[in-house]
Amino acid sequence: MGLLSIENARLRFGGIVALDDVSLDVAEGTIAGLIGPNGAGKTTAFNVITRLYRLESGDVVFDGRSLRRTPPSRVVQLGIARTFQNVELFPTMTVLENVLVGAHAHARFRRESDLRRSALETLEYVGIERYAHRPATGLPFGTLKRVELARALAASPRLLLLDEPAGGLNHEEVQELGAFIRRLRDELRLTVLLVEHHMNLVMQVSDHVHVLNFGRVIASGPPAEVQRNPKVIEAYLGGDLSSAESAHPVSSAGETA
Amino acid sequence: MATVETRPARLRRDLPQWLRALVRPVPLGLAAACVFLVVGSLLSNDFAQQTVAGLAQGTIFGSLALALVLIYRATEVINFAQGEMAMATTYVAYQLISWGLSYWEAFFATLVVAFVFGVVVQVVFIRPVQHTSVIAVVIVTVGLFILIDGLVTWKWGADLKFMPAPFGKTVYHVGGVAFAQQDLGTLLVSVLSVLLLWALFRFTKLGLAMRAAALRPASARLVGVRVDRMLAIGWGFAAVLGAVAGLMAEPAQYVLQPSLMQPILLYAFAAAVLGGLESPAGAVVGGIALGVFLNLVGQYVGFVTSELRLPFAFAVLLVVLLVKPAGLFGRARVRRV
Repeated sequence: MGLLSIENARLRFGGIVALDDVSLDVAEGTIAGLIGPNGAGKTTAFNVITRLYRLESGDVVFDGRSLRRTPPSRVVQLGIARTFQNVELFPTMTVLENVLVGAHAHARFRRESDLRRSALETLEYVGIERYAHRPATGLPFGTLKRVELARALAASPRLLLLDEPAGGLNHEEVQELGAFIRRLRDELRLTVLLVEHHMNLVMQVSDHVHVLNFGRVIASGPPAEVQRNPKVIEAYLGGDLSSAESAHPVSSAGETA
Repeated sequence: MATVETRPARLRRDLPQWLRALVRPVPLGLAAACVFLVVGSLLSNDFAQQTVAGLAQGTIFGSLALALVLIYRATEVINFAQGEMAMATTYVAYQLISWGLSYWEAFFATLVVAFVFGVVVQVVFIRPVQHTSVIAVVIVTVGLFILIDGLVTWKWGADLKFMPAPFGKTVYHVGGVAFAQQDLGTLLVSVLSVLLLWALFRFTKLGLAMRAAALRPASARLVGVRVDRMLAIGWGFAAVLGAVAGLMAEPAQYVLQPSLMQPILLYAFAAAVLGGLESPAGAVVGGIALGVFLNLVGQYVGFVTSELRLPFAFAVLLVVLLVKPAGLFGRARVRRV
């Protein structure tokens, strides 16, 4: 069993089945991609893992421990941090303060000066230390995404959930991001679960890819295998198998939803 | 595309960066007002006296306005019961003093009681309705207003009570100007409590977590902030500020009665809106501005008698809001549609 497992998760919103018997497993020290067309349930899965949504049935198990009774504010202390699709920073705080909020969560008893130093180091690690004392509003979108990443990293997580980190980035930035996500795995030994529309990125960095459609897992496996899976191609292209050879179910320009 | 640069914009651009932030209508206006007050005070003793009295009164408005802003930022409603909560805690101080505590012992004990009171109000009355609708929370605060008023009248009666004066009756003479010790004391205590609270929010872990909880509850929760607890603590601190305002308002009115904070709450509303509801600094500046302005107008403009002060304050507020709808320190909310 992996570091994180979702087991037979089921969740409905009114009449819409958001997650329909979803099971997936993320092995420790790997990068897992979670893809699927819009509305397939990817962000819902994140919200279930971080306990913002409550499952009707099924379970989320992290490091051998069920999260069913964990309040959202405890999830990060167990070692799960996340970023958001639409960047959810604290607007009037400085970049450094934003990261400090993340650092406080896991280090209740460390000295404030140590925390500040490690927060600055985290900013340096993601390459935005020069913005440390700028307010978090008014910075470019790509920078804000890095601030969010730094805030998540500051909590020293074991599992990092990235919700569309490439959204709104240009081609070079996406390349940098891909290299960076691999660094997180290799240098920090992080396990990463990545929701992304940018197919090139997902296929390049993931060790394993899970595909959701209408709340169900329709495929699971190494990137090359998933790309050839007829069910996946059908989900993305609506049954048009003739263009299967392109191997890019979605244009690499990426949707930003 | 060519952008048309206005003359003031061009002038501002050529300034060093630290100065650029100040060359805006609101800071400039405030600076002009300060110069006016200083020059006026140097020229006229009466003016100086009224200015100091106005400052003292203004800091009381400002404290209560700041309490309103804290709640507004945390819970996104105006707490209509804020004034009555302050009044009730002032009665607690009265009770403690009548049991034999000295004024200042009672003062600090009351602040502790106020904190607990604020936390309990949030947990018992606000939390259950918080996620239903804003209107529900507002109705609850209005209900609390009536409930607290009723309970205080039932417990202590509606007759006038008298408390010992916190500050002596000494009057200091500087040049020809007489400063009442009470005004100076009020000013000192209010400013000190506001500064302490500011430092708490600015420099402590708790303050940072409280700001995070108020700004973005969902993402604060996910980075490990216990949002519900932080909101309750926020209500506690707002109640403490209110208690300071109440305790400082009582000596200014010489008597304690259940209606103690009702006019002050209205001025605090005005101050908070003037400053821009979401801005703590704006609330304090708004309160002080209102206090000084009303005192000077009362002194020098004949027709503004004490009955006309409140309508006059709101007339001014209306004019300010017509020019700057988001308040002096507020930012216009721009929403993508």
